[in-house]
Amino acid sequence: MSEILLINLSILILFLPLAGFGVVILFGKRFSKLYLFEQGIITLAFILSVIVAVVKLSSYVNQDILFAFTWIDFGNVPMLGELKIDLGIKLDNLTVIMLFVVNLISMLVHHYSVEYMKGDAKYNRYFAYLGIFTFSMLGIVLTDNILMMYIFWELVGLSSYLLIGFWFEKDSASDAGKKAFIVNRVGDIGMFIGILILFATYQTFSFDAIYEKISMGIIPFDSGAWLTAAGILLFMGAVGKSAQFPLHVWLPDAMEGPTPVSALIHAATMVAAGVYLVARIFVMLTADAMLVIAVVGAFTSFIAASIALTQNDIKKVLAYSTVSQLGYMIMSLGVGAYAFAFFHLVTHAFFKACLFLGSGSVIHAMHHEQDIQKMGGLRRKMPLTYLSFLISTLAISGIPLTSGFLSKDGILAGTLAFGSLTGHWLIPIFGFTVAMMTAFYMFRLVILTFHGEPTDKHKFDHAHESPRLMVYPLVLLAVLSIFIWYTPNPLAPNQGWFLSSWVKTPQTVVPQDLRFEFMQSTETGTGIVHSEMYEHAMHWAHYPAMILSVILAGLGILLAFMMYQWKKISPDKFAEKVKPLYNLSLNKWYIDEIYQSTFINGTLILSNFLAWFDNTIIDGIVNGSATVTRLFSRISGWFDNYVVDGFVNFTAFFSGFIGLSFRRIQTGKVQTYIVFVIFSVLILIILL
Amino acid sequence: MEGFPILSLLTFLPIIGMVVVLALPKKLELGIRYTALVFTGLQVVFAAVLLANYNYAAAGIYEESSFQFIEKFRWIEIPGVSWLGTVKIDYFMGVDGLSVPMILLTAIISFIAVLSSWNISKSVKGYFALFLLLDTGMMGVFVSLDFFLFYVFWELMLLPMYFLIGIWGGPRKEYAAIKFFIYTLFGSVFMLLVMIGLYFSAMEVMPDGSKVFTFNIIAMMDPSNFTVEGILSPFNPNNYRFVAYLALFVGFAIKIPMFPFHTWLPDAHVEAPTAISVILAGVLLKMGTYGILRISYPIFPEITRDLMYYIALFGMINIIYGALCAMAQRDFKKLIAYSSISHMGYVLLGMASLTSTGINGAVLQMFNHGTITAMLFLLVGVLYDRTHTRGLNDFGGLATQLPVYTGFVTVAFFAAIGLPSLSGWVSEALVFIGAFSVESIRTLTMISTLGILLGAGYMLWTLQRIFLGKLNEKWAGLKDLEFREYAMLVPLTVIIILLGIYPSAMLDIMNTSVNTLVDFLAVNVSNSASIGLLN
Repeated sequence: MSEILLINLSILILFLPLAGFGVVILFGKRFSKLYLFEQGIITLAFILSVIVAVVKLSSYVNQDILFAFTWIDFGNVPMLGELKIDLGIKLDNLTVIMLFVVNLISMLVHHYSVEYMKGDAKYNRYFAYLGIFTFSMLGIVLTDNILMMYIFWELVGLSSYLLIGFWFEKDSASDAGKKAFIVNRVGDIGMFIGILILFATYQTFSFDAIYEKISMGIIPFDSGAWLTAAGILLFMGAVGKSAQFPLHVWLPDAMEGPTPVSALIHAATMVAAGVYLVARIFVMLTADAMLVIAVVGAFTSFIAASIALTQNDIKKVLAYSTVSQLGYMIMSLGVGAYAFAFFHLVTHAFFKACLFLGSGSVIHAMHHEQDIQKMGGLRRKMPLTYLSFLISTLAISGIPLTSGFLSKDGILAGTLAFGSLTGHWLIPIFGFTVAMMTAFYMFRLVILTFHGEPTDKHKFDHAHESPRLMVYPLVLLAVLSIFIWYTPNPLAPNQGWFLSSWVKTPQTVVPQDLRFEFMQSTETGTGIVHSEMYEHAMHWAHYPAMILSVILAGLGILLAFMMYQWKKISPDKFAEKVKPLYNLSLNKWYIDEIYQSTFINGTLILSNFLAWFDNTIIDGIVNGSATVTRLFSRISGWFDNYVVDGFVNFTAFFSGFIGLSFRRIQTGKVQTYIVFVIFSVLILIILL
Repeated sequence: MEGFPILSLLTFLPIIGMVVVLALPKKLELGIRYTALVFTGLQVVFAAVLLANYNYAAAGIYEESSFQFIEKFRWIEIPGVSWLGTVKIDYFMGVDGLSVPMILLTAIISFIAVLSSWNISKSVKGYFALFLLLDTGMMGVFVSLDFFLFYVFWELMLLPMYFLIGIWGGPRKEYAAIKFFIYTLFGSVFMLLVMIGLYFSAMEVMPDGSKVFTFNIIAMMDPSNFTVEGILSPFNPNNYRFVAYLALFVGFAIKIPMFPFHTWLPDAHVEAPTAISVILAGVLLKMGTYGILRISYPIFPEITRDLMYYIALFGMINIIYGALCAMAQRDFKKLIAYSSISHMGYVLLGMASLTSTGINGAVLQMFNHGTITAMLFLLVGVLYDRTHTRGLNDFGGLATQLPVYTGFVTVAFFAAIGLPSLSGWVSEALVFIGAFSVESIRTLTMISTLGILLGAGYMLWTLQRIFLGKLNEKWAGLKDLEFREYAMLVPLTVIIILLGIYPSAMLDIMNTSVNTLVDFLAVNVSNSASIGLLN
């Protein structure tokens, strides 16, 4: 198959779901069966993406396929010369694997939702929204440049907003949608400034072109600090979308959306977009930027796992576990274990989608009950759901023979190697602690939900296995969580095709003095060879990490069984003993409350103050000057009336007065005149 | 198109419409409405004809010969008035890449505003007569190349606006109308002074070789046209140009409106009838920024360069301050009015960058803001027509009752928030790209990006308060959109989506002129510096 055909096919895959969205949103009201159109479209997109992935990974495994076009042409710009904004797509191994993953899970969720959403008043619109989500996500996956990624990044935010708030009649749902969009915007601002830095320096948005220039030693504003800043700012986008601390707060709330949506968007695909972004910018990350990323990831995985320990809502536990696992992936990128991060992204997508869809199956069976304390014993009622849920739980806990074991082990080995190479041991400590906590809270979830005796007899009696259309995705995803799809040797992920030929750590382009020493890699004819010290450290870390992680996971599982299955340890009494820690976990470290009282209230107070200021001071000055003008006009009116005109009138009056006075004299009688004359003469004589 | 006076036609078509309206009997209200609709519709058609014949490669800006559709003839001539010499004023029109987008905007918005005026019932004849007069004033501003003519149109549009708010407005209409009128007039006085100052400083060479004082804006851009002793001459050692620049800027800033001259806007919007709000936000505000780009920038390039930091600073203040004020509003229309102030801040920021991307973004933002904010005001009007309230807390759950209306609101809101794939984002992004590339205003640009966060905050909050949640039973009987409302909302939606996906449709029109303007500013600043004019 030719390259052109592959490109055309992937463009088709991209736009199919958009067409689905357009048709269903416009005509969905008139034709109630139109959701079937969207179903067909996504199934077709999946089949095409399988073809693209197979062809790419077999015929073009070491070759990227590119396609670009000019979106905006500024012509010959003063001082810069020719300036264009190009958009385009790039098919590399990462892309086609993501195409497959996104389309597969999207298709499964589409099928699953047919049953799950049955009877909803906005049935068609729901599928339209799934369509626009898939379109946006595929855009992120396919792009070859950071601007187009930002465009689709925001569109994903929109579809997430629409789907979280799908049941907008509930205030909690509309709040959650709003929160998700706004919190994501915080990260997006950082990402956007990062993009601005890159464009201001390189006049292009294309990843490849930017990296080529960095490798030639051109860095933003001639300063390594700016290159680090660019990396961290772009990473902020991932902090928002992949729900990393401190912007993780939106993801648990996003569980207000329908559960299949949680599986697709808030577990498997969209939240992984942040990881995908960091993978895309991996080669331009400086040592400082990588360290920040590793610390954020490690801390996030820890904080989320610690919260998941005490949650009782089945979806909330899974949500925090998602945050925690995303933290793993981010941490993995930060410590340089690029391939394992992406590997974990893929394995996590399958088992976490399976867990979420499984929880949906439970919620469906329990008539929208989500509290695990009211469940129990469900394995007898829903064996297939239970079995697939269990396999996925084993995978997320990192038990051998599962996919999760392979990817998680690699990440932990990466953190150990990083610790040994740089001395940042705190990161592997976080990593291993989280591995134990994960096993514990996941088995707590399984035991409380499926094992033991039912706590709500009534609901239990009505529970039943879900319809086939809902169960088949679970089974398929559980099957994909087994090692065999990735490597023939369940203990050595490196020997599998996924890591040995598909996904390899790319060569960094960061100047020597700005990158970690161990990131030194050389490109040979056959591919990239890591520095000897890194290979050595990884090799050293491999077995200790594997053994330690299995032991810790086993301990976590054992503890869960002791507490909830065999009831040897009372969870309540234990909680009582560590009351402050327990409360911290139960209340999610009070982070929402802190944000509410600082940022949100602060902004509201400021905005109210400014509105008052605007109305009273600024407009007051305007109205005041009008009043002053009126006052002046009144004064001058008075002045005009009484002083100026008064003078005129006074003059008139005065002359009148004089006239009047003298009129008395002018009596017309000769006798009087003679008297005046005589008096006058007398006065004159006296005076003289 | 050679010799066909399309600009005069575009400008005076509404006046013909006004005459027809005045000739119609008062009772014939429907006839009057259709007359207005036909004439504004014809204006759209001629604007399209203009675009079809417009040469994208010609620059305009400072070169009279590369302006298009030029109409120039002697309008007023007073021979030999003592020391004044011969007073010659030209009727001079022409367009380039800065004006064409504004012409298209004016035509489209006027047409849609007529549709939204359909329900006006108070003295229909007077309303539409004034409306059409206003249309002429606006169009005239965007096609004039003679300062005197520009000023005439600028003032012409003031009068109908005053009456349209003052007679057809809300409860505090008199206050709002007076405030608008006096505030703008206050700015116009400054403009008038600068105009006269420039007139007595610049001379144009006549075909017969004689030199006369001129109002020709393009002639004023060439330093060699200035007399040495002219008060606003760049050669005059007492540099009054700085003061003149500020005065002129204040005149334009009031129209934008730029903080702190903005408080007339919320009042005017709240009181004005829907269609007039649409015109106000859609077209009138653009006159301020257009005036700066057309007149202030190229006539005073060296001062523009000196003050760019402050222009960017006020842009940033507009963005942040407007957004924060919007967040505190409880009146739907007032909220949109403040958001409008915030979004005009992007225009200022982009202009201040003096880069191609920034100014392209600014002009595109002028167009996009015109369509998006017009649509927002239309949508407020649609709701107000049905409920007679604009209190943000009086609603709730309308999405259930009015799904189609809510769909349009969502598009408009997300366009205003700056969602990629809708037009508003492209211009905002270009503004940021341009402004960020200039070191001196880089920090301001980074602070300004907070605007896109605050915008999302107040817009989504508003969306939630009005449309989401449980339906407020009071509004259970509301009807969704009718045909006329579709007719005014669909075109704007199409434009917003189209320019979001394919912004080149508009950028290509303006790009050559913007590049030329940027180049002209850079070259002139260095020229003035080299001959020691800059201190």
